[in-house]
Amino acid sequence: METLHKNKIPIEVHDMTVAYHKKPVLWDVDLILPEGELIGIIGPNGAGKSTLIKAILGLIPKASGWVKIYGDTFERMRTLVGYVPQKESVDWDFPVNVLDVVLMGLYGRLGWIRRPGKRDVGLALESLKRVGMEEYASRQISQLSGGQQQRVFLARALVQDAQIYLMDEPFAGVDAATETAIIDLLNELKSRNRTVLVVHHDLETINEYFDHLIMLNMRVIACGPVKEVFHRENLQRTYGGKLTILTEAAEKIGREGGVISN
Amino acid sequence: MDAFWIILTGVLAAGSCGLLGAFLVLRRMSLLGDAISHAVLPGIALAFLISGSRDIFPMLLGAAGFGLLSVFLIETLQKKWRVQEDASMGIIYTALFAAGVIIISAFAGHIDLDQECVLYGEIAYTPWDTLTAGGRNLGPRPVWLLGIVFLIDILFVLLFYKELKISSFDPALGISLGFNVTLIHYMFMGAVSLSTVAAFESVGAILVVAMLIVPGATACLWTDRLSRMLLLSVLFGAIAAAAGYFLAVIWDSSIAGAMTVAAGFVLLLSIFFSPRYGLIARMANPFRLGIRFASDHLLLSLHRALEKEGKTGIALDAIYGSISTSRIQASLAIRRNLKRGAVLKSNRHLQLTEKGRRLARALMQGHRLWERFADRELGLPADHVHESAHRLEHYIDEPLRDELEQAAGR
Amino acid sequence: MDEVLRFLSLADANVRFVLAGSILLGSASGVVGVFTLLRRRSLLGDALAHAALPGVALGFMLTLSKSIVPLLIGASAAGILGVLAITAMVKTGRIREDAAIGITLSVFFGIGIVLLTFIQRLPSGNQSGLDKFLFGQAAAMLPQDVQLMSIVSVVTLITITLLYKEFRLLVFDANYLAAQGFPVTLLDILLMFLVVLVVMIGLQAVGVVLMAALLITPAAGARFWSDDLKIMLLLAALFGAVSGVLGVFFSSLAPRIPTGPVMVLAATLLFALSAVFAPRRGLLARRMRQIQTGRRTAQEHLLRASLEWMELNPGAVRIPLDALAGPLGVPLSAVERTAAALSKKGDIHFTNRNAQLTAAGKDKALAILKSHRLWEYYLLHRMALKQDHVHRDADQIEHILSPDVIERLEKLLQEDGVDVENITSVHPVAG
Repeated sequence: METLHKNKIPIEVHDMTVAYHKKPVLWDVDLILPEGELIGIIGPNGAGKSTLIKAILGLIPKASGWVKIYGDTFERMRTLVGYVPQKESVDWDFPVNVLDVVLMGLYGRLGWIRRPGKRDVGLALESLKRVGMEEYASRQISQLSGGQQQRVFLARALVQDAQIYLMDEPFAGVDAATETAIIDLLNELKSRNRTVLVVHHDLETINEYFDHLIMLNMRVIACGPVKEVFHRENLQRTYGGKLTILTEAAEKIGREGGVISN
Repeated sequence: MDAFWIILTGVLAAGSCGLLGAFLVLRRMSLLGDAISHAVLPGIALAFLISGSRDIFPMLLGAAGFGLLSVFLIETLQKKWRVQEDASMGIIYTALFAAGVIIISAFAGHIDLDQECVLYGEIAYTPWDTLTAGGRNLGPRPVWLLGIVFLIDILFVLLFYKELKISSFDPALGISLGFNVTLIHYMFMGAVSLSTVAAFESVGAILVVAMLIVPGATACLWTDRLSRMLLLSVLFGAIAAAAGYFLAVIWDSSIAGAMTVAAGFVLLLSIFFSPRYGLIARMANPFRLGIRFASDHLLLSLHRALEKEGKTGIALDAIYGSISTSRIQASLAIRRNLKRGAVLKSNRHLQLTEKGRRLARALMQGHRLWERFADRELGLPADHVHESAHRLEHYIDEPLRDELEQAAGR
Repeated sequence: MDEVLRFLSLADANVRFVLAGSILLGSASGVVGVFTLLRRRSLLGDALAHAALPGVALGFMLTLSKSIVPLLIGASAAGILGVLAITAMVKTGRIREDAAIGITLSVFFGIGIVLLTFIQRLPSGNQSGLDKFLFGQAAAMLPQDVQLMSIVSVVTLITITLLYKEFRLLVFDANYLAAQGFPVTLLDILLMFLVVLVVMIGLQAVGVVLMAALLITPAAGARFWSDDLKIMLLLAALFGAVSGVLGVFFSSLAPRIPTGPVMVLAATLLFALSAVFAPRRGLLARRMRQIQTGRRTAQEHLLRASLEWMELNPGAVRIPLDALAGPLGVPLSAVERTAAALSKKGDIHFTNRNAQLTAAGKDKALAILKSHRLWEYYLLHRMALKQDHVHRDADQIEHILSPDVIERLEKLLQEDGVDVENITSVHPVAG
């Protein structure tokens, strides 16, 4: 299902500011991302990495700016974007099995009321096979290890066969084998010209895993090919810690109740 | 005189429940208060049944016992049986309350308590429920009881103020400071049970819940300082009790119900009119903000006219549109600046005063400093920095300007 | 006795109606309750139920009819108002959700009580008709009430069936549902609306105060039995229905007792039984698993200790049990019990305070010993733990090392030049 797009930019973000309880947490973000590459997002805690992903997906409102997916709005291009949230975002004690979770990736396509059919189940099982979990299809998710949970979330996104994948900390808290499996999967996606945006936390593996990098700390510090932007000066500015001015300004705005929109 | 006793009973009940209830609200344990006040029913019913009288001590004992039992059962369900917190409360308190109702209705002949009374108490009978000692009428028993309980509660809060404060806001800190957080928790729950039980007889289950939660929540709308919150909580409870009595007289209705309604009404008023957190104050906020923005724009426009075009003033008619999209905000902004001496009116023109020039310069500097910051630190393209500064110049006060200058110097 | 038989024979038409209504009510509330339980909004149903009271009273005051319809419409309207009040209070940012629920619950209920006392004063104040809304009196249900209950129950069940996948994802991962393009807020409101419907039909039977129980308790009980949502829903419906039936039954035997409380106690009983007896998640099952694991651990420790003793006493084959009590750190009686169990399994010959490993026993003992010592080596040499720490750790881990992990450990240690087939202990073995 390779869709040809006139506009070759998978994700474009323009002047986007996101506020949380009226306090800006992401400032004036401008991004143009290249197609078919593995793009990492790094930054310290509270830098707004998850916020960036959620804002692109429209899960949180923007105080200003816009996002375009292949030149069109996210709402219209929704089926082209797959999402892998942080595994901590759900209660894994929920009474549901692995196959059902993966099938959730097809709900957007199914629409209201329609239940997944045989073909959909087939797609889901294939997806599970790609992450090495096909034997666990009828297993309850409460019985899975951290790495297995992550793979299930990946399978859920993969079943959509999307063009763009947004992943929030997929490598956090997984064993070495799962980490290898995930990076192999990402490279396979790249070979099929998929664009993958990954929030990452381990600086040691940036050079090895990613082609392109976004360095974020409440605002974009740098965005470009890893070789160009991943160096000490940028790292200092990203993790350096002293963001008093932005934080103070944000506090003031939050207190005085003005979300800065025109 | 009867009215006095009834009101006093209500005030004392509301006071003790409100005082402790403020902590419940802060600790996010509001519903535990609800659960306990329902769960004490079987204790009271059994006490009646067993003691065969309306003696206060068996009742207190029974109620306190079941109060603590319910807390214990809820925690067991949560921790050992791994049931969710809210579900645990619901299961236990409904089961215990159901048991209580069954006991009461099954032994209706033996228990001088009916179901409705359970819900809203018998505060109306207070004046006749007198205590006699040594042949003298000492006044209504409930007043004595609630008075003593209220004093105990006040003493408890005063003695353990520090501990209660820390364990409510930051239990981890409390533990690290050496406070026995668990002990405080149980003492607190004991005090809550005591107040609940004491109030129960007079005002019934519903009002007890209302008195535990509503005044405390109302106080949260007025302040975020603990000491003030506690005082306001007691105050609002007392107001609700007094107002409720009068409402009940006017409406000729249940006193406990009216007191609850009064408490709710006080809350409603606070939600709208609290100067700090009320809805009206907050809706006014964007409006006030708009005036401030317009005011700043006025100063900047006048300054620019002076610097760039050498004009000492701008015509009043011309200025409205350029400083705000709202004519009202623009007028108010003009009036504000006239009042504070930043601007003066002459000949249907507005001019900057010396003060106005200073303010305008400060704004401009803030704007420029932000532009520089946005360029260097935010990496914004040149065509964006002005936009960003334009939006933010209103928030850049002196401390922030100093910081920006320092950052620019580096 | 006669009454019981009469009840069971369902000869009484009224009984049939009331039973049907209670079964439908129990099923609908059980099913809806599962979703609110998983969504962690259990007590919202409680608030709704309490908030319904003034609606019921107003419905009566405005129409002055004994018909159930205006009462229920009033109840629903008040319930919805209650939910709106909660949302509004939370939006102020100064009142948290639990406080908002408690406030709505008590204040609305207070308003209801005030209205009820008004009604008492009315000339046509047949308020005994309304009193039953406090604690429920299923026996007072009329055929048309049951009809209404059936319709509402069916509508509820159909909605849940149609939107099953949407509700399930809503409760499991609302963000993902939004990412898939579904309107999360709308679905949340719909779920709340279903709660309103269920509360509406439940008020008559269970009453305002206890309605919450019918939403929470059957669902919580069902949770213990299954990790499959569909089964959980079926069981919750079943528990709810059974509670309903039991409530009606006992209440018919003792008309003085309102139905509501009896239904609640029945549901609580089912919950308690589930909590204790459910396989796998129940208390009994968990305790048995604990005991079994404890036994297996004790047996494996005994086997290993035997082998270690034989290392210290080369040539000896008969191991005096009291010599093992010390190293194992348990009383002799416990050692004897474990030995008896091992003897039954054929791992040792146990006679008269002495034990001797059989071939099978020796194999098992060797496997455990190897796991233990491999792990100790690993901790000591690769993880640089202190020598006196490694034993305790290995004591626990030895039982759960899987074959592939053992293989990897062996490879690792072989690189270090350790003889993994005759692996010796890294610390002096306790004699």
